[in-house]
Amino acid sequence: MSIWEYANPVRFMRLSDRVLPWLAALSAILMLVALVWGFFFTPDDYRQGSTVKIIFIHVPSAMIAINAWVMMLIASLIWLVRRHHVSALAAKAAAPVGAVMTMIALVTGAVWGEPMWGTWWAWDPRLTSFLILFLFYLGYIALWAAIDNPDTAADLTSVLAIVGSVFAVLSRYAALIWNQGLHQGASLSMDRAEHVADVFYYPLVTAIIAFILLFVTLVILRTRTEIRARRLRALLAREARE
Amino acid sequence: MMPDLGKYAVWVLSAYGAALVLIAALVIQSIWRDRKMARMLAEVEMRSVRQDGDRG
Repeated sequence: MSIWEYANPVRFMRLSDRVLPWLAALSAILMLVALVWGFFFTPDDYRQGSTVKIIFIHVPSAMIAINAWVMMLIASLIWLVRRHHVSALAAKAAAPVGAVMTMIALVTGAVWGEPMWGTWWAWDPRLTSFLILFLFYLGYIALWAAIDNPDTAADLTSVLAIVGSVFAVLSRYAALIWNQGLHQGASLSMDRAEHVADVFYYPLVTAIIAFILLFVTLVILRTRTEIRARRLRALLAREARE
Repeated sequence: MMPDLGKYAVWVLSAYGAALVLIAALVIQSIWRDRKMARMLAEVEMRSVRQDGDRG
């Protein structure tokens, strides 16, 4: 059986109906475990004090903010090449989730930055590219809303997803590319010497998995909504013609 | 049970509060919109089936 068979809306709805309750329960439980572990059972950092606890929401939300755009890019390319409606609708469904995650990363970063850097905001490469990524999310959502024909909207937003991917990549690597600004490098790395300490590492990885599951759950739920909205539009158009 | 957050309590609680409010709003809006769309679609499909039946 080919993976493309799940691009059939009926098959997608049937499968997602079975999977969604389990995914939702798992992401809720893991999110609770991660945030309780991170907030209540981790020590203060010797330099950052209790503000280090912000890492358990800031880092996972920032990772999802970037990777949601990567997912939208892949789904958009599938739409442009193979014209599968579910992929275009999945990209549309992911945008509000990515926008909220970007906003969480920006807000928690500002709240963390004020006591540590002495400022809420700096035109640092990573912060600035994140702000631009957030504006791209808003533009992407607005473009979908502004165009009546869903296929034209999918085409144009797919092009926007390709253009915006430059800023998704920059958001990830800005601190390394320019090697300047206030923001530190990665908190997690293949090199163990660059890692946060183990006492923060394990709850952080748990929080990242919880955010990934939350993202997948919400994207599946919102894709189902978009499929229903598309069918509703088609039925109403048929009624109007008769 | 509440950990001692020291002089940074306001910052840590603000970050967690803002994040939880935004996540809760996103989850609630997603569920609300899905239910609304399912209800509207069921109504229109029902109407459509009835109309097809009337036409014989």
